[in-house]
Amino acid sequence: MKYVAPSSVEEATSLLSTSPSAQVFAGATDVVPQLRAGRSAPEVLVDLKKIQELVSIVKDDTKWTVGAATPTANLTEDQAFSEEFQGLSEAAGLIGSDQIQNRSSLGGNLCNGSPAADSVPAMVVNGVRAVIAGPNGTRVLDVAEVVTGPGQLSLEDDEFIVEFEIDRMPERSGDAYLRMIPRTEMDIAVVGAGARVTLAEDGSIEEAIVALGAVAPTVVRVPEAEAALVGNTPNEQTLSAVAGAASEVCNPIDDKRGTIAYRKQVAGVLAKRAVLIAVERAQQRNGMK
Amino acid sequence: MAITEENPGYKWVGTRPIRPDGLEKVTGKAQFGADLMLPGMLFGKVVRSPHAHARIVSIDTTAAEAMVGVKAVITGSDFPDLAANGAHASDIDVASNAIAREKVLYEGHVVAAVAATTRDQAEAAAKAVEVTYEVLPHVLTVDEAMADGAPLLHEGMITKGVDPAPENPSNVASKILHERGDLDQGFGEAHVVVEREFTTKPVHQGYIEPHAAVADANTDGRAHIWCSSQGHFQMRAYSATVLGVSPGNLKVTAAEIGGGFGGKTVIYLEPLAVRLSQRAGRPVKLVMDRDEVFRATGPTSGTRIRVKMGVSEDGKITAAEVWMAYEAGAFSGSPVGAAGMTAIACYDIPNFVVEGYDVVCNKPRVAAYRAPGAPMAAFAVESVLDELARDIGMDPIDIRLANAAVEGTQASYGPKFPRIGFVETLEAIKDHPNYTADLGPNQGRGVSAGFWFNAGMMSSATVHINENGSATVVTGSPDIGGSRQSMALMAAEELGIPYESIKAVVADTETVGFNDVTGGSRVTLATGAAVVDACRIIVEDLRARAAKTWDVEVDQVEWVEGQAQHVEGTQPPLSLNDLAAKSGRTGGPISANASLNSRGVGAGFSTQLCDVEVDPETGVTRVVRYLTAQDAGRAISPDYVEGQMQGGVVQGIGWALNEEYIHNPDGVMENPSFLDYRIPVASDLPMIDCAIVEVPNPAHPYGVRGVGEVGIVPPMAAVGNAIRDAIDVRMTDLPMSPVRILEALNEQSD
Repeated sequence: MKYVAPSSVEEATSLLSTSPSAQVFAGATDVVPQLRAGRSAPEVLVDLKKIQELVSIVKDDTKWTVGAATPTANLTEDQAFSEEFQGLSEAAGLIGSDQIQNRSSLGGNLCNGSPAADSVPAMVVNGVRAVIAGPNGTRVLDVAEVVTGPGQLSLEDDEFIVEFEIDRMPERSGDAYLRMIPRTEMDIAVVGAGARVTLAEDGSIEEAIVALGAVAPTVVRVPEAEAALVGNTPNEQTLSAVAGAASEVCNPIDDKRGTIAYRKQVAGVLAKRAVLIAVERAQQRNGMK
Repeated sequence: MAITEENPGYKWVGTRPIRPDGLEKVTGKAQFGADLMLPGMLFGKVVRSPHAHARIVSIDTTAAEAMVGVKAVITGSDFPDLAANGAHASDIDVASNAIAREKVLYEGHVVAAVAATTRDQAEAAAKAVEVTYEVLPHVLTVDEAMADGAPLLHEGMITKGVDPAPENPSNVASKILHERGDLDQGFGEAHVVVEREFTTKPVHQGYIEPHAAVADANTDGRAHIWCSSQGHFQMRAYSATVLGVSPGNLKVTAAEIGGGFGGKTVIYLEPLAVRLSQRAGRPVKLVMDRDEVFRATGPTSGTRIRVKMGVSEDGKITAAEVWMAYEAGAFSGSPVGAAGMTAIACYDIPNFVVEGYDVVCNKPRVAAYRAPGAPMAAFAVESVLDELARDIGMDPIDIRLANAAVEGTQASYGPKFPRIGFVETLEAIKDHPNYTADLGPNQGRGVSAGFWFNAGMMSSATVHINENGSATVVTGSPDIGGSRQSMALMAAEELGIPYESIKAVVADTETVGFNDVTGGSRVTLATGAAVVDACRIIVEDLRARAAKTWDVEVDQVEWVEGQAQHVEGTQPPLSLNDLAAKSGRTGGPISANASLNSRGVGAGFSTQLCDVEVDPETGVTRVVRYLTAQDAGRAISPDYVEGQMQGGVVQGIGWALNEEYIHNPDGVMENPSFLDYRIPVASDLPMIDCAIVEVPNPAHPYGVRGVGEVGIVPPMAAVGNAIRDAIDVRMTDLPMSPVRILEALNEQSD
């Protein structure tokens, strides 16, 4: 097995197009355990952390640009980012442990392809886009389109994510992510729920996005919950509709981590709670509360 | 801390000095089982059964042997056939568990092992060993194993303890029975009777350090083993049995140990490493991966337990009926015997029947785990007692006080209790502010109690006085819970020199007299008593040397605070320093041995108070407050006593809420990692508050009882009773995981 650490995107793409059995990695917090367990055996391991663009956080007037291999610890410690995208920052901060946080990244969390990845529902509700590099240049894809199934990506073998573009949080908006784990940390989501809302000036919900993790082969949006919220306040009736829609959209499995019935029920609970937190944050951010 | 007897003015016993092993552990210098490297050392890998139950048709090692770097491949046929040699049944089981001969009895059962120059070569060679199996039907639980027509693990197993003996073999290895009084009469006198049925899953000891062994065999038949264990004399004995050699041919050195909790009292890798080293002519290291630790070591039993109890209007228990079946895993020897003896031992009950079954099934052979057998039985009994207290409207501490065993009570398992401290632990809980702390929404409070015998057994110690008057205390008891500190504190007290002047060490099997395993909470009691005996021999010797120096009778010399004093004060005192420096002129080196078989066991009791908060929408339970009161007899080292008390509780909380072996229908373990086998992490737990109760054990020089085990007996019921209090649901199946709690809440609201 060969380890290479290219210093530019071009160098990395050319390596990938010439080494069919190459695998890229960022923090390797998933790759190393997979290697140890004998689940993969690439001939070439390509370390993306030495490429500058991939480890950076940049803000401009319209968006944040976060390098795909940026340690999540950098993200959660970035005060401006974490105040603007509280839910996404919290979701990124849930990956692994403090030690893992110095290695784990949004790009790695997404491209590992786990349905339970904590940062993914939070990226989806914030409409995050992935900038993907390949032999023919770059293309942009919604994060929601990157993973097609457990461990399955829509990326070609010679492509990798360079960075994420995150449009600035609009006024009167807030996001949230919650997960259910039996422990308090060092665990994998049995159910995850992300929400983002934008309020109208009268305080009613103008826009809502709800996405669930760990309850289907990929992260799923909950359009019926979103529809139930728009134009309403988060009262008992709309929240009950959110919970019902979330439970309904689930397509979970029975496994050692939880049952289908449990995941469906708790998906509803967490979706409802995430919406409430997102609304509260939107209100607080604009002095409505 | 509740002190029930005045501290007799100890200077060192009962203090909290810096732990002696801390520096080496935090700087990474401590040598654990896997750390040893020897010149020319090979790496081994074990080949394990993928099937829960199968006949081994053939093992072809030719491909593996031909691989680059491979120096040895062994199978069951490389070991003596103990069954054919007419060995004792328990020895045959030890050997058959170490490496299978005709049948594999659980997924993970060893069938072969290889040694090669590198780890990668060893792993590749292990994969190249071709084993042909005839897969047999399997049984995974006591229910399956006890069912009519169940497939048999051992065709010749006739249930012991049944009269007349059954004609047909079964998976039930033995039956135990304890009876007193008249059950019908007892239940007839009851005002309320409650009966419930409980199940628990196998749980692992969860030590952080995987099993590891290095062996270096010589051509003369002798071998040296380095391993992480709770008792290197036991490792020597078991390894000698499996290898068919004299124990004297094996030297075993105890490595520093990263947790054992009972699970490192048995052998797995040691005889394999020796045989591989003999075949290869080089030292061999074997280290388990975490998934091997789960699949092939530990755990403790899964169980099914029914409890029926009755109480009078004033809360006196009139009768108790307990039926229990414990999984033994692949070979007989579940802790159902201890479970039967401990189940109702906290209480003075006039009429009872306790019946238990030791049942084999196709899972790894169970190993001891902290108060083996007692926690599951206590979960059932203490849950039912909680229901009874609720039904008659009695405080949960008061109902236990009304029935508590005291000095003179005829224990349910036979003997009369000497002075014990159960009542004092109950009172310590009642007197603590936690007992009346306010509870928030969705919070509940539970009480539970537990008993454990504690053990005595055999120990040896040697004490050397160094030339500067410092001392070395040598024992053969691996330190899994702070024993080096406790030994040094007792020696400091006896010799009258500072704790810092004493180094306590654990010596190999050729350097110190025999010691039984570090288990049964016995080391501070028994090995501690041997240390005290050796120190007292030394003090006698020192007095004699001072008398000789002063030319007086020995009874004119007293030993006070580390120095010899003349009773009439006519001679200037001689310090240990002075005497040590002049030892050459007074009889030579100052040193003493002591060996004993401790008979002065002091039973341990613990009462615990747990507050939980249950999220009614997700079923997640968080422990918000926890208090444990335990009778230590005497806390030689209060820091370590609290560590043991807290450790038992933490493992019990894990057992209560999340830990379980999950097997698929083929009998393959699905969660052999710490990700999916969920022991608690630090953030899952509140501070575990401790109330050390000290009711001294009259049979020990300092009153020690032993503290390592009883702390894990009450927690499951304490948590379950708190959940019952919070959400009105009685959980009867462990673990009380979010999925199960939400199911129970859904049923309740239907």
